[in-house]
Amino acid sequence: MPGAALCLKNVRRAFDPAAPVIHSLNLEIIAGEFLAILGPSGCGKSTLLRMLARLDTPNSGSIQMNPTAPSTAFVFQDAHLLPWRTVLDNAALPLELQNVAREERHKKAREVLAQVGLAEAEKLIPGELSGGMRMRVSLARALVTNPELLLLDEPFAALDEITRFNLEVQLRDLWRDRGMTVVFVTHSISEAAFLSNRAIVLTRRGGGIKLDRTLTLPAERTNTLRADPRLGEEMSTLLEAMEEE
Amino acid sequence: MNRFKSVILPPLVPLVAITALAEFIVRKGIVKSYLLPAPSSVLRAIIENWGELTRAILSTSASALIGFLLSTVVGISAAILFSSSRPMQRAFYPYAVFFQTVPIIAIAPLIVIWLGYGMRTVVTAAFIVSIFPVIANTLTGILSTDPALRDLFRLYGASPMATLFKLRLPAALPQIFTGLRISSGLAVIGAIVGEFIGGQGIGSVVDVARTQQRVDKVFAAVLLASALGLALFALINLASFLTLRRWHASEK
Repeated sequence: MPGAALCLKNVRRAFDPAAPVIHSLNLEIIAGEFLAILGPSGCGKSTLLRMLARLDTPNSGSIQMNPTAPSTAFVFQDAHLLPWRTVLDNAALPLELQNVAREERHKKAREVLAQVGLAEAEKLIPGELSGGMRMRVSLARALVTNPELLLLDEPFAALDEITRFNLEVQLRDLWRDRGMTVVFVTHSISEAAFLSNRAIVLTRRGGGIKLDRTLTLPAERTNTLRADPRLGEEMSTLLEAMEEE
Repeated sequence: MNRFKSVILPPLVPLVAITALAEFIVRKGIVKSYLLPAPSSVLRAIIENWGELTRAILSTSASALIGFLLSTVVGISAAILFSSSRPMQRAFYPYAVFFQTVPIIAIAPLIVIWLGYGMRTVVTAAFIVSIFPVIANTLTGILSTDPALRDLFRLYGASPMATLFKLRLPAALPQIFTGLRISSGLAVIGAIVGEFIGGQGIGSVVDVARTQQRVDKVFAAVLLASALGLALFALINLASFLTLRRWHASEK
């Protein structure tokens, strides 16, 4: 399924009118791109993501989407699975909530579980899985509806480094296979540089855009790229923008 | 064998010691037997009055169980209703607290006036004292559902019903069981208080034995009432274990 395109114009979001989290944001997200949003804690990354998911609405300004209501999936910082359900039923949950028949949703859930390398684990429950496996189930649950827009809020921040490296490669591959639009919020510079095609750095206050950069790394990204000087260059550019903040 | 030593033996030691001590001080005449009956005479009272006592305990069990089941159903439904809207909660929750604070012994005569002598009164007393813990714990459980999961359900357009039955209630199960555990003991107490004033069962056996100065029979009845409370508590624990053992830390 092709990705969604989004256009944000003068978006303002304030929980306290005197101190808007996002002051006036203009951003165009191109269909099918892998966009990383970087910024220090409290810069409005998560607020922005919730608005893109239509879980929150701007106080003023507009967010246009094409298609108007793209099928959207959200991955949180922690896996947030239902602990009483099996891996299979957790992965199938979004389809269940959309009243897809049992056979059909289990078939689709098995497909995505296989794609994240969890085909063998479908009968286990979350309490029996490692942190990395739980995050994989969370990813499978997000992919099961074949979303046009995939939003991720620091999904790998709580994982150990080697698990994170492998999941990053896997996420990148899944994106290339599917052509969906991905918006990935992180505070990790290396993660943003390794994963994305375009990275924006938000200002510390008011949710302005400090840097908007299209990365010049190869499309194929494996763990060998981590030692590549080109990745290092991209990282220093992003780091510089972050440090000025 | 190891399990016997580490789990079963420790609570048995004080039981045997206290029983032996009671037997000793009563037989030696240190404490008069019309104040504290010797454990052996309590046992004799249980055997001699077996028919009467079993009829009484069965009647009390039935009333306590019905009162408890009513509390479970009405309490969980009330909590669901309260959780559905803030104004609803603000309007009715204070009156739910009333059930917690009402002195059941004081209003039991009133219940008799309204409902007459018999089981209805006893069940009502059991219900009144046992409903609040169910409401309070279920409500806490439902309201503390993980906000991220609520977002997820919203994102996929889940209906309020689906959110309730697939997310909020299952997530609240550990707290619901906590409420049921407290409530089960209270239901037995409520039933016995009800029987004191307006019914038949262990409560009235105690009341009659008291007027006849039969302390041994009072003790026999109290022992059986405690056993009933324990049995109900064990039943809830078993249900909780079977439901939660796979996924919740409290049952691992």
